[in-house]
Amino acid sequence: MFLYDFTQLTSSIHSSLVESFGEGALTTTIELAIAGVAYLIFFAVLGLFLVYLERKVCAFIQNRLGPMRVGPWGLLQTIADFIKLLMKELIYIKSADQFLFNVAPFIVITASFLAIGAIPFDKGLQVLDFDIGIFYVAAVSSLGVLGVLLAGWASNNKYSLIGAMRSGAQIVSYELSVGLSLMTIIVLAGTMQFSEIVAGQADLWFIFKGHIPAMIAFVIFLIAGTAETNRGPFDLAEAESELTAGFHTEYSGIKFALFFLAEYINMFIVASIATTVFLGGWMPLHIPGLEGFNHVMDFIPPVLWFFMKAFTVVFIMMWFKWTFPRLRIDQLLTLEWKYLLPLNLINIVLMAVVVLLGWHL
Amino acid sequence: MNVIFFYIIAAAILGFSILSVTSRKILRAATFLLFVLISTAALYFLLQVHFLAAVQLMVYAGGIAVLIIFSILLTSNVDFTFEKIDWKKQLFSGLLALGGAAITILTLLQFNFKALIQPQTVTPDIRSFGRAFLSYGDGGFVLPFEVITVLLLAAMVAAIMVAKKSKQ
Repeated sequence: MFLYDFTQLTSSIHSSLVESFGEGALTTTIELAIAGVAYLIFFAVLGLFLVYLERKVCAFIQNRLGPMRVGPWGLLQTIADFIKLLMKELIYIKSADQFLFNVAPFIVITASFLAIGAIPFDKGLQVLDFDIGIFYVAAVSSLGVLGVLLAGWASNNKYSLIGAMRSGAQIVSYELSVGLSLMTIIVLAGTMQFSEIVAGQADLWFIFKGHIPAMIAFVIFLIAGTAETNRGPFDLAEAESELTAGFHTEYSGIKFALFFLAEYINMFIVASIATTVFLGGWMPLHIPGLEGFNHVMDFIPPVLWFFMKAFTVVFIMMWFKWTFPRLRIDQLLTLEWKYLLPLNLINIVLMAVVVLLGWHL
Repeated sequence: MNVIFFYIIAAAILGFSILSVTSRKILRAATFLLFVLISTAALYFLLQVHFLAAVQLMVYAGGIAVLIIFSILLTSNVDFTFEKIDWKKQLFSGLLALGGAAITILTLLQFNFKALIQPQTVTPDIRSFGRAFLSYGDGGFVLPFEVITVLLLAAMVAAIMVAKKSKQ
């Protein structure tokens, strides 16, 4: 069954391509194209579903029904919205820097595209498996902020510029916490490669294996990850009551849609990194000693495990957004530099002690 | 395949570098510089040195380019463009750049490179990097590593001292 091991599927595609086109540039090109198209479709479907989910979760928390009219339970609502967005006029601003204005959404979307390629959804269902996996994701996701900064500046609008500056300060600061909290788990895992990290959690997930320091790291990662995606309660960059819409005030139609999509995909990327690094990735829930229970859990396909965990984390992040009030910029920076960062540094030392003395499970 | 990719990346690096020095809008120049840095990272990925590529992205594209763009954002306006440089200066600097490039290429082509060790196709993994950074034995880099950390710490303390408000 390919649901349990995707390497069979990919190798069968590869061998059939080699049969018909031979080993060479053509096969590689076709494979690259297949992977690219698959990710594009995944992006679009995931984006539509996440927006729908956001509206439903928001409605649930506010005791409403949410979208109900288009399709069963309003499932087709976001598709209708998307078609509306595509048909909207692209507004050209005379006094804006046209080139940078147009290039900014692509930088943002490219950064999330590069990051999602490294995430293992299942055994073999992963495009990039570098030995520096986590470091690579941290590096490419740091490019996204450039798009936000350029968008804010090129719009030639004071709200956009203030939004971009806030977002820049926020992302640059919270990147530290994200990196350090992942580093804590790298100390425990002893590797940065995503496939090895997942394989290392076959008996027990890292959040349980590393107990106290791992749980502290998980909480810090959730907070900092939410901040890095510019989502509420950290959405100062687009605080609608102060800045209309922040850095994407001047954007319309598909260019706005790209920013919007990137924001949701980034949320999913943070959730999938949390899943992979802390919650075992596609590994089923295994408890050492309970053989029967482990076997039952193995029957659920790993892809399903991955998406179940990822969407749980996504739900928690949405829960944050709809229950906490927005922070002020000074509160935001105080939280990062005075609380999260020192806690993180102590936590890494704690984790190192735990690993060295063999106190982990 | 690799050769084609190499030429695409090399063309991108050259093209963006030229655009970055000829652009008359300062933020556009910074953006083209950013593209040059990203293309260089792509070149490292092509060479399978993933660690160096990720460092290039993190430090140069994600760090230094962000700093440059930040400072431009704080200091300049979208309408501002540099005045056009007269053709004599353009010609002179163009010739100078071409001459420099010619000398570099000639020297590189004429120098007889000898391989001191057998070339290996093994790509260094992150563990060997980590060990090399912290080992004090033969071929270890612990001294430069520690010196750089002290330097960075001093720079950070200095930055905090400059940014700190004086008590008045």
